[in-house]
Amino acid sequence: MEKENGKKIENLSDVTVMFAGDSGDGMQLTGTQFSNTTAFLGNDLNTLPDYPAEIRAPAGTIYGVSGFQLHFSSKDIHTPGDKPDVLVAMNPAALKKYVGSVKQRGSIIVNIDAFDKKNLQLANYESNPLEDDSLSGFHVYAVHITSMTVAALKDTGLKPKDVVRSKNFFALGIMYWMFNRDLEPTLKWIKEKFAKHPELIEGNTIALKSGYYYGETAEIFTARYNVEPANLPAGTYKSISGNEATAIGLVAASVLSDLQLYLGSYPITPASDILHFLSKYKNFGVKTFQAEDEIAGISSSIGAAFGGSLAVTTTSGPGLALKTEAAGLAVITELPIVIINVQRGGPSTGLPTKTEQADLMQAMYGRNGESPLVVLAASTPSNCFNMAIEACRIALKFMVPVILLTDGYIANGTEPWRIPHINELPKFENKFATDPDTFQPYNRNENLARPWAVPGTPGLEHRIGGLEKENISGNVSYDPDNHDLMCKLREEKVQKVADDIPELVVDGDDEGKLLIVGWGGTEGTITDAVIKAREDGLTVSRVHLNYINPFPKNLGDILFKFDNILVPEINSGQLSKILRSTFMVKTIQYNKVRGLPLKTFDIKNKIAEILGGSDD
Amino acid sequence: MTDKIDVQEIKLTSKDFKSDQDVRWCPGCGDYSILAQIQRTFPKLGIPREKFAWISGIGCSSRFPYYMDTYGFHTIHGRAPAIATGLKIAHPDLSVWVASGDGDMMSIGGNHFIHACRKNVDLKMLLFNNQIYGLTKGQYSPTSERGKITKSSPYGSIDYPFNPTSLALGANATFVARTLDRDPKHMQKMIEKAALHKGLAFLEIYQNCVIFNDGAFFSLSEKDSKPDNAIALEHGEPMIFGKEHDKGIILEGFEPKVVNLNGGKYSIDDLIVHDENDDSPVRAFILSHMTDHPDLPTPFGVFRQIRKQTYNEALVEQIDTVTEQKGKGDIDSLLFSGNTWEIK
Repeated sequence: MEKENGKKIENLSDVTVMFAGDSGDGMQLTGTQFSNTTAFLGNDLNTLPDYPAEIRAPAGTIYGVSGFQLHFSSKDIHTPGDKPDVLVAMNPAALKKYVGSVKQRGSIIVNIDAFDKKNLQLANYESNPLEDDSLSGFHVYAVHITSMTVAALKDTGLKPKDVVRSKNFFALGIMYWMFNRDLEPTLKWIKEKFAKHPELIEGNTIALKSGYYYGETAEIFTARYNVEPANLPAGTYKSISGNEATAIGLVAASVLSDLQLYLGSYPITPASDILHFLSKYKNFGVKTFQAEDEIAGISSSIGAAFGGSLAVTTTSGPGLALKTEAAGLAVITELPIVIINVQRGGPSTGLPTKTEQADLMQAMYGRNGESPLVVLAASTPSNCFNMAIEACRIALKFMVPVILLTDGYIANGTEPWRIPHINELPKFENKFATDPDTFQPYNRNENLARPWAVPGTPGLEHRIGGLEKENISGNVSYDPDNHDLMCKLREEKVQKVADDIPELVVDGDDEGKLLIVGWGGTEGTITDAVIKAREDGLTVSRVHLNYINPFPKNLGDILFKFDNILVPEINSGQLSKILRSTFMVKTIQYNKVRGLPLKTFDIKNKIAEILGGSDD
Repeated sequence: MTDKIDVQEIKLTSKDFKSDQDVRWCPGCGDYSILAQIQRTFPKLGIPREKFAWISGIGCSSRFPYYMDTYGFHTIHGRAPAIATGLKIAHPDLSVWVASGDGDMMSIGGNHFIHACRKNVDLKMLLFNNQIYGLTKGQYSPTSERGKITKSSPYGSIDYPFNPTSLALGANATFVARTLDRDPKHMQKMIEKAALHKGLAFLEIYQNCVIFNDGAFFSLSEKDSKPDNAIALEHGEPMIFGKEHDKGIILEGFEPKVVNLNGGKYSIDDLIVHDENDDSPVRAFILSHMTDHPDLPTPFGVFRQIRKQTYNEALVEQIDTVTEQKGKGDIDSLLFSGNTWEIK
């Protein structure tokens, strides 16, 4: 422990903070700034925005609260943290919503100016929690954030509304002081962001610095903390969200395949950001089409795929339901499209801004008839980049529709990403049919892929469609044996993809008492739980699935070598059901469908429960 | 790839557009005429065969692509305009045609229809309107007249029908026309005009279903009744009709009205002179509503044809402008954009 300005600096290895306030308080921005600065200082980090579905719910209410959780560390980390060490609550509603998740003896910084009678009522507080003993288990710092911001900015000439809005920078300043962060990255960002409004540059700069100096000079904070840089592999990094990684991955796939990227999409939370990012990349020749509905989103993509583009549609759960029939058309016409489903809480409209893994069955089986397609799942924000490329590669190589599942948590969450150069990534080998002498629409190559003959190619005029086609010739066929053959061929082709994907590598021993099988966005939580269980002396192995249909070839062999198979999922046991029916194995389910990531602590407890406490 | 179809000296005949598939519509179906007029007109357009793509949905009409030896895609119910839109955006140098029926395009695909019109996607959309569901064996359709007795409306349909030309005009289609299966010459002319139009072209074709709605348009197609019930829209010409060419259409306020040219009260100079290129869609909209009026003749021909930037033209222009401003996209600079930091 060192001392600076009379205040001790404590070294921590691992901190979780939560910024929370009204939807209009700028908490997402504040959290993002803290993340970027923290990433810049070399910490590993992971974030979880938690915002309401309402754009501006009535101010002061609990359902209008917007939160941003951030976990940073000097070690390798995988989750946004179970429980915050520090909560910044800009109003009573924010305190009410998150106080229950703060660690025992954790710190709570509140904006005392917002704790008036009206706001306390709106948050359903019967008495002021700052005045009774309900917060006695925490270090509470009541700070006049609003009034001190107003005082600091009184000479700027800013409108009162803009002055009050700057209070989030004051709060950020306090946090920068508390965690010994550099102000420079945020000051630079303010200059760029408000380049056209010098008065806002001045206002926000003063607010940020005032918050920082307040931390330094005020007598209320007893300690400040330092989190050393993490030991990450060398390289150039940036902080990336799953949706941005998905979008960039698609552009990279268009470069690797030398095809024009086409996106047909209808806005839907939490997938819209992929459309937003790709709409910006016009100078890459990317064509984005904001369709009239979800069905037109996928239908136009099927048209673009017929026309020889790398065609993608993006959506979330209810949108995937609407795309179902058209997905079947892509199956029977064997056109390469990529369907990206950023899963959210369901059924129906469900929890639009919350995360879930409950669309696995829909992705696997949610179409009429025997309708197999490839299903992939991304497991972390940066992994979305790799899986977007994989989805495109497989679709083009096998002439098959691919569903890529991500989820609200990894789509909006961020983590540091070691950026690859494009030449580190293998080029695709897709090609178009051009030879009229050998062309038959449903002839197949060694991968069972049919030829891709693009309109405009002389001599290859042909017709495809949703009616069953005769093998090889592609003529409409009602022949019973042909239909049986085509159903088998379509399934066999999807299963053949297994020859083209990496085998699973077990984290831990290859055999033993317990294997955890996860898929998609729970990888971080499961990894952390396994690390913590091992620290407690428990022996547990783990595999994580990015490829679900088909499964990696060695999955069955791995499963058979363990006494127990635990399958944690944010659904009611969908992968578990598939594993049971595919491999006839017994699985132990762990399911929590709360619209939130699973908790490391809970999975660790489940491991301990299965292993009987310890297994030495 | 430019948003342009190269028109060349190509020697093609109607035979070149016939596929090897047997045509399986009912004998006497109006669809045969549509197929024949398309196959007669296409060789005249100067577009190479491989540049044509036919997209259809579901229904009798939607079997159309199988009978054309061009690129073709028989898709799913109602979605043909959306699939065609994706194809045209991806591949602007194709001539993309949609074959659809009144159930496919006016009912299940209504949304895609109006939005393709609104966006002025450069598609040629043909509506085979027989005012009945044929392939599902005879239910009333969104264009069936009120009171129609069908299998699903044994006591008479209580639905008000769509007027597809009004709908297309309301959705701001830049080319709207109507023709009839039993008038091959007129149909060929309309097909050619639609083909040459730059932008979305909507052509409604009254088409007889011999099995479930036989004779629905006979008053408009047969020699003795046609002259008094149908009126040809000719650009720049006064609106005259009748066996003796003695009747005309005047506009009283917003109401079209039939007048007798031999009565002494009205002359040719009082009649509406049709202007298909009128920027305002109002007159065309009024004319399209003559269809529903029991006392007025049903118009055939081009209601409206105007030139407006197409979706593809705007998209290509935007891509070019952004590329000029930002330079051609470089994937490595995109990957390394934003706030980055080095770890050694």
